[in-house]
Amino acid sequence: MLLISVNLKAKIWVMDANKLAEQFQQKIDADIKIEPQDWMPDEYRKTLIRQISQHAHSEIVGMLPEGNWITRAPSLRRKAILLAKVQDEAGHGLYLYSATETLGITRDEMYYQLHSGKAKYSSIFNYPTLTWADMGAIGWLVDGAAIMNQVPLSRCSYGPYARAMVRICKEESFHQRQGFEILLTLSKGNAAQRKMCQDAINRWWWPSLMMFGPTDNDSPHTAQSMKWKIKRFTNDELRQKFVDVCAEQVKFLGMTLPDKDLKWNEERKHYDFGPINWEEFWNVVKGNGPCNKERLATRVQAWEDGAWVREAALAYEEKKSARKYAFQNTAKSTENAPALQ
Amino acid sequence: MNIHITKFFYGDYGEIEGGAPAPVNNREWPLWEVFIRSKQGLDHKHVGSLHAADAAMAIENARDVYTRRMEGVSIWVVESKYIHASNPTEAGALYDPANDKIYRHPTFYQLPDELKYM
Repeated sequence: MLLISVNLKAKIWVMDANKLAEQFQQKIDADIKIEPQDWMPDEYRKTLIRQISQHAHSEIVGMLPEGNWITRAPSLRRKAILLAKVQDEAGHGLYLYSATETLGITRDEMYYQLHSGKAKYSSIFNYPTLTWADMGAIGWLVDGAAIMNQVPLSRCSYGPYARAMVRICKEESFHQRQGFEILLTLSKGNAAQRKMCQDAINRWWWPSLMMFGPTDNDSPHTAQSMKWKIKRFTNDELRQKFVDVCAEQVKFLGMTLPDKDLKWNEERKHYDFGPINWEEFWNVVKGNGPCNKERLATRVQAWEDGAWVREAALAYEEKKSARKYAFQNTAKSTENAPALQ
Repeated sequence: MNIHITKFFYGDYGEIEGGAPAPVNNREWPLWEVFIRSKQGLDHKHVGSLHAADAAMAIENARDVYTRRMEGVSIWVVESKYIHASNPTEAGALYDPANDKIYRHPTFYQLPDELKYM
């Protein structure tokens, strides 16, 4: 052991970096969680900051496509449910932002990265929500795909991320069920409603499959993330699982998934499915999706319009503290000081 | 043995580098740690953190962020900068005094099985 680092606040014993890295990997292998103050490799920290903040951004931007339908929900019941769901997404974003902050990045830095277009968010939210049935398809497919990804993340090696995911997964279940219920209701409706239901499924199916990310061959981070137990399954494994589940669930709706190659493979014990249009995926990731500009502009405007509120709240707090301080000083200087409380 | 108290708190921005250089904002609302008592008779438990301009706002925000499904009957908030934590790199030395005192556990004592109610 050698003392190599003296930071401004205190001296910390720092062991040889290789030794630390080795101990770190041993902890991971033994399924011991990593907590914010523990030593971790820079790359682990960077990977987590990227992944968790982008996850947070996705939750926040994810409010927009659904927010679009709150005022036009077909009944008070549906409206209350949609409001609660969108509020949950805000909450999920906040759990995740605070988990990311434990890694040494400020909230404002993350907002800056999102608003300046530097940080990415899930490309699914760059598709428009054209009909009410889209609220159903998003709940069933988009939230379904999210759950498929998030359940293993709740066993992720980084403690604050894993804990946030546990909370999120508990709440997501209602999101998926309410979505399926919307589609189920439409599927029992008149011809126009059934058509609307099928149309929404057609539009959301492929983008949902893309949510799992590039195939394992084209996914550079996967191997390292698996070794660090940030990820527990590869993109393709999770995608297959999702296809298998949905191919059965769609039968309850009397609808079809828009893939002529979708077929049960007895040998593999999985559904085969057709090729994914990766050109479209990368195009949306690069910012050319149907709604990229609109989504980001809405976020930036919300942030800028709120600037005076943030400033006013801080000014109010400063005024209160100054008064309290003045009062305490006065009280101290007199014999019969009133009890403070 | 020396124990160094490092001002390391949950959500420490610290000297750790991370992310892109963003314009420095000294007017960010402070960070608060949130503790929730899930029901009467249980301890408050740390659930996460949030930003708020003052304590009243921190409690209101904590209600909206952490108790949307009746998860709590009482909320504590404390500004993160007031939390002091032990340093994990010194855990060995810090807990050393307890490490070799197995006689503090009831199972250490060998007594006849016939002995009842003990």
